[in-house]
Amino acid sequence: MDVLMLSRLQFTATTIFHFFFVPLTLGLSVLVAIMETQYARTGNETYLKMTRFWGKLFLINFAVGIVTGITLEFQFGTNWSGYSAYVGDIFGSLLAIEATAAFFLESTLIGVWVFGWKKLSRRAHAVVMWLMAGASNLSAIWILTANGWMQQPVGYAIRNGRAELTDFAAVVFNTFSLLQILHVVPAALLLAAFFIMGISAYHLLRQQNVDFFTRSFRLGLVVGTIASIWVILEGDMHAKHVTKVQPAKLAAMESLWNTTSRAPVYMVAVPDEQNERNAVEIGAIPGLLSFLGHGDFSAEVKGLKEFPKSERPPVLLTFLSFRVMVTLGTYFAVMMVIGIFIRKRLMENPWYLKLMMLSIPLPFLAHTAGWVLAEVGRQPWIVYGLMKTADAVSPIAASQVAVSLVAFILVYGLLGAVGYYLIGKHARLGPEAVAE
Amino acid sequence: MLLESIWFFLWGLLWAVYFMTDGFDLGIGSLLPFLGKTEEDRRVMVNATGPLWDGNQVWLLSAGGVTFAAFPRVYAVMFSSLYSALMLILFALILRGVAFEFRGKVDGPGWRKLWDACIFIGSFAPALLFGVAFANIFQGIPIDQKGVYQGTLFTLLNPYGLIGGVLFVLLFLVHGALWLSAKTEGELQTRAASAAAKIWPVEVAVAVVFLATSFFTTRLYANYLANPLLFAVILLTVAALFGIRVFLAKKAFFKAWFASALTIVGATFYGVIGLFPNMFPSSMNPAWSLTAHNASSTQLTLKIMLVVVIIFVPIVLAYQAWAYNLFKTKVTLEDLAY
Ligand code: HDD
Ligand code: HEM
Ligand code: HEM
Repeated sequence: MDVLMLSRLQFTATTIFHFFFVPLTLGLSVLVAIMETQYARTGNETYLKMTRFWGKLFLINFAVGIVTGITLEFQFGTNWSGYSAYVGDIFGSLLAIEATAAFFLESTLIGVWVFGWKKLSRRAHAVVMWLMAGASNLSAIWILTANGWMQQPVGYAIRNGRAELTDFAAVVFNTFSLLQILHVVPAALLLAAFFIMGISAYHLLRQQNVDFFTRSFRLGLVVGTIASIWVILEGDMHAKHVTKVQPAKLAAMESLWNTTSRAPVYMVAVPDEQNERNAVEIGAIPGLLSFLGHGDFSAEVKGLKEFPKSERPPVLLTFLSFRVMVTLGTYFAVMMVIGIFIRKRLMENPWYLKLMMLSIPLPFLAHTAGWVLAEVGRQPWIVYGLMKTADAVSPIAASQVAVSLVAFILVYGLLGAVGYYLIGKHARLGPEAVAE
Repeated sequence: MLLESIWFFLWGLLWAVYFMTDGFDLGIGSLLPFLGKTEEDRRVMVNATGPLWDGNQVWLLSAGGVTFAAFPRVYAVMFSSLYSALMLILFALILRGVAFEFRGKVDGPGWRKLWDACIFIGSFAPALLFGVAFANIFQGIPIDQKGVYQGTLFTLLNPYGLIGGVLFVLLFLVHGALWLSAKTEGELQTRAASAAAKIWPVEVAVAVVFLATSFFTTRLYANYLANPLLFAVILLTVAALFGIRVFLAKKAFFKAWFASALTIVGATFYGVIGLFPNMFPSSMNPAWSLTAHNASSTQLTLKIMLVVVIIFVPIVLAYQAWAYNLFKTKVTLEDLAY
């Protein structure tokens, strides 16, 4: 394999791994802050226990999130030096702002939160948790602003052989980034809600700490319901914007080959990239794709054949990841609505609790699918319409990247295993074990 | 021209603050197997940096981020040229970071031994490699006209690079030992203080060797000779270095630590001043070097980033100072979290 392929694999592996931990950080930090606020306001010990218990799981997760982020910050330079030199004027400043405005706050306060129980008042300690949650989400906002710029470059001019900044406000208020932020942050809350509800369900099924876990479950249910509906509604707006600025991605998402008006969505389809068609198409819902893309059932939707082969994204992967995400998003909303109806009779519905417990990994899968869609669907461009991924890679020896890729897979594999082992262990132990 | 020069020195400042803050974490981690005789000692040592190391590490991220924002070509060429060395540093820091969080989460001597080993490697390797990398930058890196690196990882392991590595390790060891002396009590404190006292003369000796070798293998002194007032920086650094010994003898550990902090900042600026305006000099042909002028971002980006830095860095310093102040008391067995 050449440097390009190896670097792509390495970037994919490391960001996806990072993003197994990031959304839980984003969402759980807010939920723990809510619990701690309840404690600060009421002095009710159950809320303190909740803060401690979920806080501990949060911290284990946070540790892995942090260390896997560090490598990403430098990988643009190590593996994508062509890219870095080309867009650094714009992209680099967003990463630097992320570090100075968000990471500092987050990483300084995490220490204060962990070690400051006796040094701060109840109220001040809760404020620290809110600032942490705010800083984590702020860091997401900046990184998504950076990613949004790669998806839809704005506020630049090509001069001196690179993209130079002309309008900072346009970059910060990029529609694409705003849509991503509005999608990712609630999706992270949704993931954290499933996490809390799933673990609570495990204990409720065993009739342990019923009061504690019922309260936790309820909090997850409220947040999760709102988030799951929001994500679907916003996701629809998102798709419309993609239709406008990245038509090739939209066509790949639904595997639409020919430009069609009243374009349908097929319940089942199997893309066949070789022959530029779908091998199987079953269950057409006429006009749905036109509606999803343009808000009009009879609108015309561009097909993949409109684009030269060299400017089409890999269809199968883009298509599948979109299907997976949307299917799961629908499932999440359904589960939440059921939960609302049976919220007073949870213990009488063990099937529901069991299902919730088994659903813990699914939002992780949805997040990953979402990113694969966003990033693979953007190919072959690294900056949409401006720079191809192939031109972005560093002039380094393939052997170096091969070694680091293998090392990443080994080290991350082990860390991930240990991290989830610890989360699982402490989740099962329950709140008594964190009494100290 | 002016903006680029300001950014050059801010860039140097961020690296200096990183070495000054994370330096003692790296030092303590490297001392862990030697000073931590019992499990209790080791817990106290790890918790002595516990609340602070993560915030300290972000100085590295901002040094990296600012390099990307203000000098994109330097970011691109530097990090791809130093690929293997940087990857080793990152892997080491990954191990160190999770080790802090993981070591106390399972009860068992084998488990803790494993993560303590990770803390040691994760601290020692970056200390050494940062020194090797910076010494090599001081002396010049074999990059061609296009900024493509013409060496391997082993090219960096030349004598001058290694002296730089050893110097960094010693600076951080003393720095860490002093922090421990200030933060602990009893036997551990005695051991830490005596370690600082024992390592200090070696630090001085290696610093002298480094300063002297720099004269022959680098062009760092050109700026100093052109403007002899700059020698004041070197003198101040040497004064701070001797200040460590004076305060240590008086058992004024925090003051000794401050002297050590000043030494580290001075040592970084010794190199940064000597380099100016070079940021990544080419050893193949000086004309191919990346400088603050030929590798920078546009004036607009530099201005925006300057505003960002002027607003946020003082805020960061304020709350980090607050956190340091909050945790300035001695580490006691009751409030250990790791
Ligand atoms: C939507 C959110 C999001 C996304 C898309 C990314 N990250 Fe991230 N990242 C976070 C949200 C986040 C976080 C939740 O804010 C973390 C988790 C733990 C932490 O400290 O912050 C984090 C950690 C984290 C850290 C460590 C910060 C610390 O030490 O405190 C770095 C350097 C990065 N990330 C860098 C990146 C880069 C270069 C990305 C581009 C591929 C990236 N992250 C994608
Ligand atoms: C954390 C969530 C993210 C995930 C899971 C993710 C996933 C991916 C994937 C799957 C690819 C490979 C595409 C391919 O090779 O076909 C990729 C490429 C890339 N992504 Fe992301 N991405 C994420 C966020 C980001 C963000 C926020 C940025 C920018 C700040 C970014 C920058 C890049 C770059 C530079 C590449 C280049 C390599 C390539 O296109 O092959 N990614 N990412
Ligand atoms: C069922 C309704 C959903 C719809 C219609 C939807 C829509 C979309 C669309 C169109 C994109 C691609 C945008 C791009 O090209 O960047 C996207 C990306 C993404 N989705 Fe969804 N989504 C849904 C559910 C979910 C769920 C349930 C999650 C996770 C819990 C999720 C997480 C993500 C993530 C992380 C991304 C990548 C970031 C981004 O580009 O915004 N989505 N979604």
